[in-house]
Amino acid sequence: MKLFPMPFHSLLLFVVWLLLNNSVSAGHMVLAAFFAITIPLLVNGMRDEHPKILKPWLAIRYVLMVLKDILTANVEVALLIIGPIKKLKPGFVAVPINISSDLGITVLASTVSLTPGTVSAEVSKDKAWLYIHALHLDNEAELIESIKQRYEKPIKEIFGC
Amino acid sequence: MLSWTILIVAVCICVALILNLWRLMKGPTISDRILALDTMYINAIALILLYGIYVESALYFEAALLIAMLGFVSTAALCKYLLRGDIIE
Amino acid sequence: MPLYLEIIVCVSLLIGGAFLLVGSYGLVRLPDIYMRLHSPTKASTLGITGVLLASMVFQSHLKGFLSIQELLITLFLLITAPVAANMIAKTALHQRTKPLDKTENQALMETVRDREAPKPPQD
Repeated sequence: MKLFPMPFHSLLLFVVWLLLNNSVSAGHMVLAAFFAITIPLLVNGMRDEHPKILKPWLAIRYVLMVLKDILTANVEVALLIIGPIKKLKPGFVAVPINISSDLGITVLASTVSLTPGTVSAEVSKDKAWLYIHALHLDNEAELIESIKQRYEKPIKEIFGC
Repeated sequence: MLSWTILIVAVCICVALILNLWRLMKGPTISDRILALDTMYINAIALILLYGIYVESALYFEAALLIAMLGFVSTAALCKYLLRGDIIE
Repeated sequence: MPLYLEIIVCVSLLIGGAFLLVGSYGLVRLPDIYMRLHSPTKASTLGITGVLLASMVFQSHLKGFLSIQELLITLFLLITAPVAANMIAKTALHQRTKPLDKTENQALMETVRDREAPKPPQD
């Protein structure tokens, strides 16, 4: 039996326990290490297979890019909300996606929800289409292209699927 | 300066909460009401953290964390119930 | 409290409060449920991040050591906000809530509801 069947989750549990108690004292370190080792051992049998992160550096760069996009998205949406709403042209858009893993689709859908003017609404059963609602639909083809280029390509590279 | 800022921001958040309450009352559909509740708990977290700054106490962090978690779970449960007619399948 | 810390706390509090207010204002002002979804998921997320940042700086000063536990709430909200928005959108679609008349691609709504691939345009 491996000591760390889920290394990333172990690290996450360790950090979250220290954050919850807001201390780095020796006692909490020991307790955090205990949880980080035992909880993954207990729940390892219950989880589905997820693709591994193949390129961690690209993942970090992706997260930073998304954080920057969230900032611009917020300002953009705030301006749209305050501005004249008669001029807004909302619309549904179907975006073709070719990510096969559930985790990849979830990350893509969440990113789309957090970035400018779009909320993901549904994924088709065959996992080939992501339906989104746009607050202001200027150019449908351009929006689809920007989602595919900016978000889908790095996710495909990170998870390698 | 800080006490004035806290007052201004508290007024902002209270106005936001009243606007949410108006949407909660008016509807018109049930998804609007869920959305209003969802926004309300986010504003409540902000108000509690603001109160924590005002009384210079760290105790309110736990309350904020609990509201964040319960708020999300209740939104998910309400949506799930409307979607499937059941919460735990 | 040193002046520069006070300025940081005040500015992030004001930004946070303004965005929270804008998010709730959009919730009242926008005309249909699908558009209303946009304002709380985006504006309120940035608003709460601002308030949490201010709280983080203030508590660090109060306790005398770096206190970053507020990051937990920020991360939690950043992860859950899109999920909640997605579930509310699904609920609205499931109940066949009518979008605004000028919404484009309204024909897609039934296929979205049934989770099918979009049909080619019929002409």
